This record gives sequence, structure tokens and C-alpha cells, in this order.
Amino acid sequence: MSEIKNILLVGVGGQGTILASKILSTGLVQAGYDVKMSEVHGMAQRGGSVTTQVRYGEKVFSPIIDKGEADILVAFEKMEALRWLEYLKPNGTVIVNDYQISSAPILMGKQDYPEGILETLTSKVSTTIINASEIAKELGNVKAMNIVLFGAMVTAMKLTDISWEAIIADTVKPKFVELNVKAFKAGMIANTK
Amino acid sequence: MKHLLTGNEAVTRGAYEASIAYAAAYPGTPSTEILENIATNKEIIAEWAPNEKVALESAIGASIAGARSLAAMKMVGVNVAADPLMSFAYTGVNGGMVLISADDPGLHSSQNEQDNRTYAKFAKIPMLEPSDSQECKNMIVAAMDISEKYDTPVFFRMTTRVCHSKSLVEFGERQEITKKPYVRNLQKYDLVPAVSRKLHVILEGKLKQLTAFSNETELNFIQWNDKKIGIITAGAAYQYAQEVFGTTASYLKIGFSFPLPMEKIKAFAQEVEILYVIEELEPFMEEQIKAAGIACIGKEKISNCGELNPEIIGKALLGLEKDLITCDGSAVPNRPPILCAGCPHRGFFYQLSKQKNLMISSDIGCYGLGGAEPLDAKDSCICMGAGASVGHGVQKMFNKFNETKRVVAIMGDSTFFHTGMNSLLHVAYNRSNTVTVILDNRTTGMTGHQENPGSGFTLQGMPTKIIDIPELVKALGIDQIKVVNPLVLPEVKAALDWALALDEPSVIITRWPCVLKKHSVKDKTEFGNYMGTCKVDEEKCIGCRACIKTGCPSLSFNKETKKVKIDAAQCVGCKVCLQVCPVQAINKVGE
Repeated sequence: MSEIKNILLVGVGGQGTILASKILSTGLVQAGYDVKMSEVHGMAQRGGSVTTQVRYGEKVFSPIIDKGEADILVAFEKMEALRWLEYLKPNGTVIVNDYQISSAPILMGKQDYPEGILETLTSKVSTTIINASEIAKELGNVKAMNIVLFGAMVTAMKLTDISWEAIIADTVKPKFVELNVKAFKAGMIANTK
Repeated sequence: MKHLLTGNEAVTRGAYEASIAYAAAYPGTPSTEILENIATNKEIIAEWAPNEKVALESAIGASIAGARSLAAMKMVGVNVAADPLMSFAYTGVNGGMVLISADDPGLHSSQNEQDNRTYAKFAKIPMLEPSDSQECKNMIVAAMDISEKYDTPVFFRMTTRVCHSKSLVEFGERQEITKKPYVRNLQKYDLVPAVSRKLHVILEGKLKQLTAFSNETELNFIQWNDKKIGIITAGAAYQYAQEVFGTTASYLKIGFSFPLPMEKIKAFAQEVEILYVIEELEPFMEEQIKAAGIACIGKEKISNCGELNPEIIGKALLGLEKDLITCDGSAVPNRPPILCAGCPHRGFFYQLSKQKNLMISSDIGCYGLGGAEPLDAKDSCICMGAGASVGHGVQKMFNKFNETKRVVAIMGDSTFFHTGMNSLLHVAYNRSNTVTVILDNRTTGMTGHQENPGSGFTLQGMPTKIIDIPELVKALGIDQIKVVNPLVLPEVKAALDWALALDEPSVIITRWPCVLKKHSVKDKTEFGNYMGTCKVDEEKCIGCRACIKTGCPSLSFNKETKKVKIDAAQCVGCKVCLQVCPVQAINKVGE
């Protein structure tokens, strides 16, 4: 049996992790993999921590990724990378968006936003830092940072043979296709530098 | 071609293939998307009911009429619907009927962790438990056949991971099944004692037939591998068990989990050396298997608390330990859900938190987040509709024992229609001076903006009668009613002062739409286009952090500059922060 690959996407409600995982799973199905994907809904819109777990291979059983099992951790927000780091395989890779969203206890001044997150990550695991918000802003819309990160993840997982641009065109609204395709390419390039 | 679907979406496909004609539900995580998806099917009448009891009863009606029907709810909803469930088990069906219970092991979004498989045994009706999306689709079709063949409603137990995980589904053909004729039959549908006594005996007979079916059906199947370890498992736990044991163990996979196939279980147990029962939450199967005299290992190794996963199973049964990256995720600051920027509840809770000597009896909905820091305005939350009735009991005892504390009961518009109405009727009838607040945000917020009797639209998008909350409150016997804009703080304060000075029941209705809701034409006419942004004048800001105490996520305090900043991307210009600033340092841009 071929090996099962595990992708863990983490972020904050409203950051577009769900759209990224939708494009990802569509592509994996097209490529002929068995795919399972798990999301926890409910309070995601209210600024909570959100995760999407994607598993693919010849035959997948569990829809969830255990601690120490993710091949790649894609963090749409820095602090979330730290929260979920234990879920990464010790030889796995983190793709982290150099982007900060303070949570309620931090906004209220009860706790501090952790310092040196990128240094901590780099010291522990193979880490790719992407400034996705800057890249997306340059392309004209900061919200496209989800697809920038998605592009970086595609490179890291060597999934470049799938026709992602066509899938993006089928998934997002027509007026956002061009922006998202650009964001996707920029993300791929950012991870090959 | 296979389709990647969630369990909830796959149930919808099953409903279509099985020619289900009627479906009803009350929204509740993780079940909500079942009806939302069914609603897009023109072949099916799909409706939001005010509560789960009503949903189940109308599905029962559709079945009695001769059509195939479905009711869906989260697990605590089945508590509300338990009354008709117990009795419908006696009458049996005309058209096939299935009740979907979406359980939430791990309490991702629930107030308890109950295992609803117990209901199937309690009501004496057959139960199906899918473990992935393909099974969700197939088993809805199977449930209809079982329901009609054995003249019984079917209990369909899903869990969060089955509902919300996507896996591949191969579609089948739609069976074109037309409605059976309605036949008046008092000996079947009129549950008076003389009829029910006979029906109970018939029900016991049906259970015997269903037990025989359970032993024969391929819904309960054996996968032979190595026979040293045998595993009996069901639902999501089946996937986790395979993840851990692979082909090193044999499996008896239970898809039809009540009545259990005890003959099949005995035969399986005899062939294996060690028998594990791997099930999420309660020892539902294990207890019955042990009672049948079959030795097995289950809950002594795996806890009945919390959601299962492969890691827990591997550790408990095989002693597996993994090397992990050392990073204590629990030391990272929390990211709890909070009231959104621009949430109309914020203004109300801010003002409520300023009142002294209150007991705040809350309810299920987004407004429960008013209990979080810094608003901290909540004393209790029990279940849907309990806000006013629990509050009434508290207030009556405060008054009887001469305590001066006053009760403010909280509920949302959808919760009011659910069962809050009954509670308010109790307050009005038995005259406690409880202050009941209905936070009317013109939608069902927490579950993702479902229509309700007050919103003006049905689930399938038809315009409908808008049930007028103030008129209904008045009809329930409340004489003291005020409707306020929750974003205008002096208005909220005046209403609270007024209500707390009364010695009779009163109701405050805050009326403003949820900030995330798509505004209807009516909403736009009533509430106008208020969206904009607020900005802090840094020259004027004295860094007192009064605005931060509103708990708005678009505000942040910069410790170095000692100034507050408003994130323009999040702010909608609700002006609550503007009203609490003591030095008028916040302005709405463009006003």
C-alpha cells in the first residue's frame, strides 16, 4: 500500500482555510487518490481557531490526523503554528504565514502575543516562512493570502502535476479567478526561492 | 464518478435516491447542513421546525400520510423530541421514516456529551450507524426499506466526524416510490391505553424479527484477517480501529447496532483469541455483549469521556508511543470564539455587565459568548429554552427567602420560538418579576443563519408570515414590554433600569440584525445602511482602555504608544466603542 500523506491546515475563522482545502481536495480526487477531509464547524466564524485535516493515498481510513502524523503543517497565522506543532511529524515541514492575529486574551491585555515564533519554529523543524499577506496585497487583495499559502504548500508536497489553475477557475467567483491564479503562482514561486 | 461529500451531504443524496418526500429539522451542530442540503432538492419538501419535537412530529405525520420522511437533529434535540419518539415506536409507520441523531463526542459545539444510541434501545427501534459518507448515503436507502418492512421508525446515529468529514461517495439510482394511500386505522395510530397495550406486545415481536435481521444483514459484516485479535466496532471508531490495527486484526463491523447481532458476535468471539470492543462514548455494545456471557475488553481500557482517535486506541490497546516535536500547544494563548465585531449583542451585554446584584440566566446561542471576558455577563446556561424558566425558579426563591438579587433571563429570537415561549408563559402565568430579554438578531445566528418563524422566509426560500415577537409576548400574558436598539447604550440602560424597578414580569426585546447575516430587502428598509468604520483620534486617546472593555475584536491596545487602534478590516462602525469613550476620541468615518 502506498503511503498516506497528511496535510494539516490551521488558521483563524475567516482566513479562508476552507476555500484552500476545498481546492486541495478537489485536485487530489482528480489525481485519483482516496481522500478524506475533516473540518470542525460551528464557531468558526466567530474568530476561533480553525483546522482542516486532509489525508490522501491509496486507501484512507481515519479522517483525522493524530499528533505527530502531519507531513506538512500550513499555518495561516503564526500563533496557530505553535498551537498545532505537536501534530507535525518530527521530520515534517511547516509553512507559516508571517502574519499575526491577536486573540481575545491578547487584545484585552491579559496575555502577550508569543515572541519569536518564527525562530522557535525554525529551531525545531524544517520551516518555510511566507509573507503571504504582503504578496497578496501586491497582487491587489490581501484576502488572497490563503491561495498564496496554498501555492507554497503545493510546491512543498510535490503536487505540481495537478491542474490547479483549472480547479481554481471552477471554484472561485469569475471576477476573482485572475487574482487567485496569480496568488497561486506567486505562492509556488515564493516556496522555490 | 465518485463525489467527495460530507456525511451530511451524503445523507441528502440518500434521501433523494430513496424518494423521501418530506424532511424537517431544527438547526444544531453537527446536523444543520443535512436539511440545508436537502432543501436544494425540488423533489423533497424541506422545512425548519420551531423545535425538534415539532420536526419529528411533522415527519411522523408525513409517514402516517403514506410518504417517506426524515427528521434530523443534534443529539440534545432528541431529548426534546423524545416524547413522540417513544410513542411512534408503538404505532409504527405507513411511509418509511428515519430520525437522524447527530451526536457530538468531544463537545465541539454542545452542552453535554450524551450517547444517543441509548435512545434506540430505550424506544425499541432499529438503529443504523454509518462510519463514512458512502455508508451515510447507502444506509439512508437501507433505513427506508427496513422501516417499511418492519413497520418501525429507524434511528440513524451519526457523530461530528461522520457528519463533517468528507469521503468519496458513489451514487446509486433513484428509486421512484410514490406515496402509499392514507388509511384510517385507530388500532394503529390512536394511542389510548387499550390500543397501546396491544401495540407493546406487537413491538416486542418486531424486535425479535429485527434481531434475526441483524444476524443476517450485511450491514453487520466480518473482515477476517489475523485471528489473534478480534475487534467489534461501529461508526467512526471502525475507521480509527483500522488505522491502528490494519490487517493485524479481524473485524466485526456493526452498521446495524440495535438490536445487536448477538449470534454473529458469538460466532466471531469463538474464532478470536482476544476480543476488543472499540466504541466511542458509552459501553453501549460492550454491556450487551458482556450480558450475553461473552468475554471482551472495552471501557476498562478506553475512556467513555471525549472523542476517540487512533492515538487513544493505539496507546490503550497496543501501548504505542510516538516521538513528538516538543512544543506545548496548551501554553499558547487561547483563541476562544467571541462576539464578532459589530455584533448587536455587544451593546446589550456591555450595559448589562454594568448592572449590580444580578443573576443572569442565559440560554443556547451566540449570546452565550456574552459570558466571556471582559463582558462576563452570564451565571448559567442549561439547555434550549431554559433561560426564562430557570430564571423564574431562581427569582421565586430569591423572593421567598428575601434576597434582593434580581434575575435577568436571556434568549435569542430562534430560542424564543424553540421552547423559550413556553418558559415565558410560565413566568407570565406564575408572576415572577423576572426580566426576560429576547435578543432578536433577525436570524438563527450560532448555527450559521438559518431562517426561523420571525425571519420572513422558509427554508426553501419562500416568503412567509413574519411572526411578530412583541405581539406574541403580549399574547403570552406579559404587559410590560420594551423594544430597544441594542447598539444605543442609553436606550439599553433605560430599559434595564425600567424593568428592574418593576415588581411584575417584563420583557425587553433588542432588535438589530446579526452583522454576518445577509440583509433582506425588509432588513435594509428597517435598519438602513449603517456599515462603515470607526477611527481613533490618537491625539485625543488617553489610553484608558474603556473601549477595550466592550470586548470588540477590532480594537487593540498598543502597550508602547498607550493608544487604541481600530482594525478597519474588521470594524463595521456599530459605534458601541464610540459611546463608551470618555474623551470622544473615536469617530465614525464619514459622519
